Amino acid sequence: MIDTVQAMRERLQALQPENVEVFDESAQHAGHAGAAGGGGHYRLVVVARQFSGLNAVARHRLVYQTLGDLMHGRVHALAITALTPEEL
Amino acid sequence: MSIQDTIRDQVSQHKVVLYMKGTPQFPQCGFSANAANILRACGVTDFFSVNVLADPEIRQGIKEFSNWPTIPQLYVNGQFIGGSDILTELYQKGELQKLLVA
Repeated sequence: MIDTVQAMRERLQALQPENVEVFDESAQHAGHAGAAGGGGHYRLVVVARQFSGLNAVARHRLVYQTLGDLMHGRVHALAITALTPEEL
Repeated sequence: MSIQDTIRDQVSQHKVVLYMKGTPQFPQCGFSANAANILRACGVTDFFSVNVLADPEIRQGIKEFSNWPTIPQLYVNGQFIGGSDILTELYQKGELQKLLVA
């Protein structure tokens, strides 16, 4: 199976991002009760022009939508930073 | 009553509702703890919280309710506000404080 970080990175290409960084932080959360179902903790930073004019909720929804079924199971928790190139 | 109706009732009957893992006193996830801490930092101590780990139907139903796949989720005056990252961002900008007094 392709690793989750790589899979997330590939899906996010659909947003035509100028930059994508995905970090696996699962090790920092190993064994806590909320993570009992398995699935990792990730943090991502994505910079894309498509975010301009969208508020934070809409940006995060777009990211979740783009990740699709990865959000159901393989990703237990995800911290998102979604910026336009101008906001960098 | 369907689970979606139950959730609709909860968010309309309470001004501030936090769906979280664990309780504000004993959060079971760092993101949920962060959300509860931010509400306290805004001076909101009597918010209605729902422990999704205690209710699998709510845990699944809340994800569908706002088309938002993660927990925690904050609602103010029946409106979905966001999850942990968004609350942090709104708090840092001073916007969450305004929402909570409105």
